[in-house]
Amino acid sequence: MPEITLQQVAFFAVAAVVLGSAIMVVTLRNIFHCLLFLALSFLGVAGVYLLLSADFLAAAQVLIYIGAIIVLMMFALMMTHRVMSADVSQTLNQWWLAPFPIAAGVFVILFRVYVRHGGQAHVHKVTEIIPTTGIIGKALLTKYLLPFELASIILLVAMVGAIVLAKEDRPDDSD
Amino acid sequence: MIPIEWYLGLSAALFCIGVFAVLSRRNAIGILMGIELMLNAGNINLVALARYMHPHVLTGQVFAVFVMTVAAAEAAVGLAIIISVYRNIEHINVDKLNIMKW
Repeated sequence: MPEITLQQVAFFAVAAVVLGSAIMVVTLRNIFHCLLFLALSFLGVAGVYLLLSADFLAAAQVLIYIGAIIVLMMFALMMTHRVMSADVSQTLNQWWLAPFPIAAGVFVILFRVYVRHGGQAHVHKVTEIIPTTGIIGKALLTKYLLPFELASIILLVAMVGAIVLAKEDRPDDSD
Repeated sequence: MIPIEWYLGLSAALFCIGVFAVLSRRNAIGILMGIELMLNAGNINLVALARYMHPHVLTGQVFAVFVMTVAAAEAAVGLAIIISVYRNIEHINVDKLNIMKW
């Protein structure tokens, strides 16, 4: 019986938060509660990043996912919630059993691939904690400069596109 | 030391929960939530492999930053489309969204 370290206990706690709240996201009827559990799941993923000593990504996860995406989804939910409230069925009418075998099949395939080939990977025994923000910043502005600029263009296009798509076009007040 | 298979198994489970959400939800916002779960699973994979295989280069973390960027853009455009659909046909039930079918 191998001894269980404190790190592994922390991993199990964080994984339980991530998977438990993700299961709540897919099973609860009230979509607003689903959104709150999705925020909890994102927080757990930030904990996984901390366990992997990815400090910058953990902060970015909290800022971008919980601070921006969840809030955005909450606005969209509040604008549309009365048509899909909890008393309507939340799952598909026909074929409501079909997602189970598909998701289970995907899991089996991924798990077999990971366990078989992940064990053969050349794994370093890393224990030291490296601050990552400087390394990521240097990589973004030297080696990955072109993808970095493309990402900024994607953000600009998405911003303009979201404004154009969500804008109400009332012909009467365009004097 | 946590074995790398644990991270990969966690990511596989999270991905499949996301697949289930996308396949089973009727609310379009629920489908977007499933997509976000799947993107997070991919990010966990990238960061774990970067940590265990090249701990001083961090290419995986750089790509995880790009994935987050694209996820934010996707959420913004997706929610704008959902709001636009709601404004035009008064519901966001994907069972009944068949106006682009011939």
